[in-house]
Amino acid sequence: MIKIRIIPCLDVDNGRVVKGINFVNLVDAGDPVKQAKFYSENGADEITFLDITATHEKRFAMVDIIERTANECLVPLTVGGGIRGVDDMKNFLSVGADKVSVNSSAIKEPKIITEGAMKFGNQCIVVAIDAKKIKNSWKVFINGGRVETGIDAIQWAKKVEKLGAGEILLTSMDRDGTKKGFDLELTKKISSSVGIPVIASGGIGKIDHFVDGVVKGGASALLAASVFHFGEFGISEVKKHLISKGINVRMDY
Amino acid sequence: MNLLTIIDYGCGNIKSVYNAFNLISKKKLKILISSKESDIKKSSHLVLPGVGSFESCIKGLKSSNLIDSILKKVSIEKKPFLGICVGMQMLATKGFENGEFMGLDWIEGNVKKLKKTHKHLKIPHMGWNNLEIKKENIFIKKLKKKINSSEISAYFVHSYNFETKNSDYKIMSTHYGQEITAMVAKNNIIGVQFHPEKSHKFGIKFLEAFLENEEF
Repeated sequence: MIKIRIIPCLDVDNGRVVKGINFVNLVDAGDPVKQAKFYSENGADEITFLDITATHEKRFAMVDIIERTANECLVPLTVGGGIRGVDDMKNFLSVGADKVSVNSSAIKEPKIITEGAMKFGNQCIVVAIDAKKIKNSWKVFINGGRVETGIDAIQWAKKVEKLGAGEILLTSMDRDGTKKGFDLELTKKISSSVGIPVIASGGIGKIDHFVDGVVKGGASALLAASVFHFGEFGISEVKKHLISKGINVRMDY
Repeated sequence: MNLLTIIDYGCGNIKSVYNAFNLISKKKLKILISSKESDIKKSSHLVLPGVGSFESCIKGLKSSNLIDSILKKVSIEKKPFLGICVGMQMLATKGFENGEFMGLDWIEGNVKKLKKTHKHLKIPHMGWNNLEIKKENIFIKKLKKKINSSEISAYFVHSYNFETKNSDYKIMSTHYGQEITAMVAKNNIIGVQFHPEKSHKFGIKFLEAFLENEEF
């Protein structure tokens, strides 16, 4: 049986791990290289590295920090932030990333999903979707949550699967940093609309929120940042809790 | 000094494989990422990574003009060989990803799309899954001695399965809606569907066992 993955996320700004609330008010949470090593040794099933200011400032994420982070990771590493095409993907993959995550650029130019999938395989291309509920539907936002696209998140999820994405990293902007738990309705709608794995993100505050993401949201993986960075939960603690609720996770580390 | 060459033919996440071997080499082993025939000729161990489609990998490998020197190393000199992911799938007779393509045919069988056995089964098969030992050969016996845990899991990410014709060569499997070949072995050749370089402590032990054995 496949195991539910627990993924700590390193949101990196100017070479430091930061964490904000509703995508702003960033708080420093440490050195990404040290954090990655710690998580890799302590039960993380994957690690995600997002250069969160890369698109906004049109600045390319720092390749050498990613290389040093990758050197410390004995689990898969996904890298995102400011990726505009296959050349950018190649830059990250060649220094040790295993997957790349695209967001804003995929909205502006959806063919980069297909081009990336053709060159590196579907499994390599993660499409990050930042969604926010507006009236009765969820809309996709880009540029670190700064720009509303008007695109329906569920329709976009189906489209990225067709274009060749191997996985969706779904973040609820309404919940991100709020500690109120995942937006389960959104997660369920997306996970049941696509045939590729969905990573739920945004809003973890209580340990039962992880359980809900799987049981109620149908997620294949659960991503969290601040609760791990600030030591509110250890990854092993979360995994033991998931096991107690009958959810299969990796414990042999 | 022994030389391990990670074959660079334009397909694959070579850096992760390099990093993992680098951790265990303890300066006793030289590790190269290379697309040069001269390096392959000098090697004591060969590793063939592979990420992407069967077609792009086999085309990349064939156009690299390295197959003859690899074949000489493996079938005449009997040097240990490890294929990872599509690097394992290419050992098969044929691959059926977006068409029909000839593989290396070192281990008979076909590489076919995973069956969507139930509605909610996500494809690719992505993440950690348990390994089941199908055949306890010498390599597996040695590997087990290195591992304390009774349960072992490894990181998979793929949409195709190597269906071996002869089950003798299927050493480990995993389950994801169907039985999936996780490891094949024949003489001095190993292939793994999972990614040992990304499978944490188990993966490292697996790569150590590969370096310590001549036959699998």
